[in-house]
Amino acid sequence: MRQSWWKILAIGLLLYTIIAGLLMDVPRLAILNETIRALHFHVTMWFGMIFLLIISVYYSIRYLRTNNLKDDDMAIEFTNSAILFGVLGIATGMLWAKFTWGDYWSGDPKQNAAAIGILMYFAYLILRNSLTDLQQRARIGAIYNIFAFAAFIPLIFVLPRLTDSLHPGNGGNPGFNAYDLDSKLRMVFYPAIIGWTLLGGWIATVRVRMRRVERVLEDKLINS
Amino acid sequence: MLAFSLSALAQEKIPVTESDYSNNSVEMADKMREDGKIYVLVGVIAIIFVGITVYLIGTDRKISKLEKTISPK
Repeated sequence: MRQSWWKILAIGLLLYTIIAGLLMDVPRLAILNETIRALHFHVTMWFGMIFLLIISVYYSIRYLRTNNLKDDDMAIEFTNSAILFGVLGIATGMLWAKFTWGDYWSGDPKQNAAAIGILMYFAYLILRNSLTDLQQRARIGAIYNIFAFAAFIPLIFVLPRLTDSLHPGNGGNPGFNAYDLDSKLRMVFYPAIIGWTLLGGWIATVRVRMRRVERVLEDKLINS
Repeated sequence: MLAFSLSALAQEKIPVTESDYSNNSVEMADKMREDGKIYVLVGVIAIIFVGITVYLIGTDRKISKLEKTISPK
């Protein structure tokens, strides 16, 4: 088990998130009720997604400098787990919205922007798979990935704040605006972000290693 | 004599009644049933998380083995 401390840390933080997140005292707010606890599960998906995308963009830039396919492996797999988190974020958000905002989809600016962002990353996967040459796929993928990230950040962090959104911190929602000041929620929220991000990184690295094993096997088949 | 004493003991038994099931005065292992059974839910989610984690660790180890067979050092 080489360098497995961060995996153990991830498991520990997430077990803490689940148990403390479901059982600890939370602010008793109208409409939200116990669903305020989704902060540790829904909101952290998006934070995890952003951190995984940052790592992915770092490796995309590195690929463009080195042309080493190993960097491309990291870029695509970190994007893959980021997309997984994004899809889970949308799904959990829809369920949460149904019972607090009254509808699965209210056309909320942040909901729409997040959906556009996810579609952008689906397009990234389709674009990559439509190119057969490995170096070409990696180079075009890296450039697309950098631009997609540059569009994604304003799409979910800036644009929704310029209009009225149901999401907290963007106008509208009176029940939740103080959440980012509540120190009890933070005690679970921050460890949860770290834990989910580490889990996403773990899944990504496992898949990266799988890709590299596959490549070595393919090379052996071709050369034998 | 033995048969007589056994039947005498049987006569002294206190019958279990409905109130033995419905009283709240006796402490039982009820923790899992408190607070809308939230602890059961915590258990369910924790089990799912542990299960997924064990699966991921298994996959991680399988790949470690593959890596070793491909490039033995």
